[in-house]
Amino acid sequence: MQFDQILQYALSGLSSGAIYALIGIGFSIIYNATGIINFAQGEFVMLGGMLTLFFLQLLKAPIWVAIPCAVAASTLGGILFERLAIRPLRQPTPINLVIITIGGSILIRGLAMLLWGKDTHAIPSFSGDEPIAIGGATILPQHIWILGVTLIIIAINKYYFYHTISGKAMRACAYNRRAAGLVGIDVRRMVLFSFIISSAMGAVAGIIVAPLTMVAYDVGVMLGLKGFCAAIIGGMSSGIATVVGGLILGVLESLGAGLISSGYKDAIAFIILLLLLFFRPQGLFGKAESERV
Amino acid sequence: MKKELFKFGAFALFIMIMPLAFKGGYLMNVLIFVGINTMLSIALNLLLGYAGQISLGHAGFFGLGAYFSGVLTATYGWNAWVAMPLAAAVVGIMAYLIGFPILKLKGHYLAMATLGLGIIIYIVFNETVDLTGGPSGLSGIPNLAIGGITFDSDVKNYYLVWSFALATILFSLNLANSRIGRALRAVHDSEVAARVVGVNARLLKVQIFAVSALLSSLAGSLYAHTMTFISPASFGFNFSIELLTMVVIGGLGSIYGSFLGAALLTLLPEFLRAAHDYDIIIYGALLMVMVMFMPGGLVRGIPELYRKLLKMKRGSDHA
Repeated sequence: MQFDQILQYALSGLSSGAIYALIGIGFSIIYNATGIINFAQGEFVMLGGMLTLFFLQLLKAPIWVAIPCAVAASTLGGILFERLAIRPLRQPTPINLVIITIGGSILIRGLAMLLWGKDTHAIPSFSGDEPIAIGGATILPQHIWILGVTLIIIAINKYYFYHTISGKAMRACAYNRRAAGLVGIDVRRMVLFSFIISSAMGAVAGIIVAPLTMVAYDVGVMLGLKGFCAAIIGGMSSGIATVVGGLILGVLESLGAGLISSGYKDAIAFIILLLLLFFRPQGLFGKAESERV
Repeated sequence: MKKELFKFGAFALFIMIMPLAFKGGYLMNVLIFVGINTMLSIALNLLLGYAGQISLGHAGFFGLGAYFSGVLTATYGWNAWVAMPLAAAVVGIMAYLIGFPILKLKGHYLAMATLGLGIIIYIVFNETVDLTGGPSGLSGIPNLAIGGITFDSDVKNYYLVWSFALATILFSLNLANSRIGRALRAVHDSEVAARVVGVNARLLKVQIFAVSALLSSLAGSLYAHTMTFISPASFGFNFSIELLTMVVIGGLGSIYGSFLGAALLTLLPEFLRAAHDYDIIIYGALLMVMVMFMPGGLVRGIPELYRKLLKMKRGSDHA
């Protein structure tokens, strides 16, 4: 096996890893604020890509107009989801929450199929398709867009969570929801915020990956699950651990697909997921915590 | 218990005379699927409704049963009656072994882990082309036969599948009313409390997981022998969700509810022919509506609704 080839797999793994990281952070933000694993997270990724396509075709808008519109529309979807499905739930047991977010995810996927059909669509790259050579391997400009946008979003996230009042309030909710409520934080509003942030982040992830992988109504399932895997590797952190988790997953998957078998590419993520859940449910970097009853 | 047996007898009689109403015909084929889906949703309900442990990977166990039976009989020429229990035993043991690490997880984590397990099984069906035929499927699976009778028509298969389904119902009713059933419900309400009063919660959860997988595998074998053709598409994530929908609609922790959910969800697409591709939207909407407005499922929700309507009517009469 040549070094060039391995470098090539690693580089393309990093860009899909960045996408998993963004989706994974979306999972973590909602989980930390609410204790819910949002099974519909992947659908917002799909919505990002599909809505961009929709605005491109419907408004004949340039891509720089279509993207913010798509992010805004997906975020609206996230708000509606929280308001209509999560908040009115009478018995919010974990199983009911799993079932309702799965129901929501199927519904969103089905509506997307109804509106836009089952075809796979291409989205133009942001800045051409001229390959760039890096030490024997080549990458596309879109790969650089993906890594760059991911970095920017992570930086914004960091700023939000550590340097703004509402970000700090959200962290307080993550530590202890009851205590946060006692010091006057509106916990329900923070729940809504968490859905807004993660649906927007999911949509962005879906948009920047779309020119490479194409979009269809059902791309959200796999992307969502792999994002969750990234979050598990990172111990459900909404920071750097999940980013590292996503990158590890992306690179392992890409190397596995290249060196072992491309048919089992998707299985790799799930085997990692199961092994981690069995042996290190606190994440790769976390310390074991005792469970509160 | 006597009342319970009487109810079961009436139900079994109803099932047995059903074919007379249809005299063969296309609907018979659909009713065979109702039988298979009843077995599957009861299997999932034992785990989800009684023990309170979710699984989003049951289509995988169903598929394992189907492929074990299919490959052993179609490729290697085994007797189907040997292959079927062997498949069930192997799948049961597999579930038992994987049950220990997987059922340590709770709630959302358990859901994700079982989902991942289901998808891994699905990928294996697709990729082991030499064994399973891959995405294009496995054909030439023989029908079951006893003595001189081969189960090769819809009516014969109906009675075959429903004998198994009725046996599953009887077994599950017994289980639910036994010491084990009570222990399961205790684990459901509070695992810690159950452990404190001496229930080995961990072992019990693993055991019920194995029983549930074993029943799903049996349903899979029956599916393979009645259809004579199987492909991975029938055993994917969507089918796991469909099973979940059946259990939730019928009612968690109700055996007859599982039948009701299976019957509704199997018959519904037949009446919605035009909306063929879109039945998945209906599942999604049903799941959400049920959890929000009727968390007890139809079995408990409808009597409750009826009482409420009655009350409202009385209220307006007094006014």
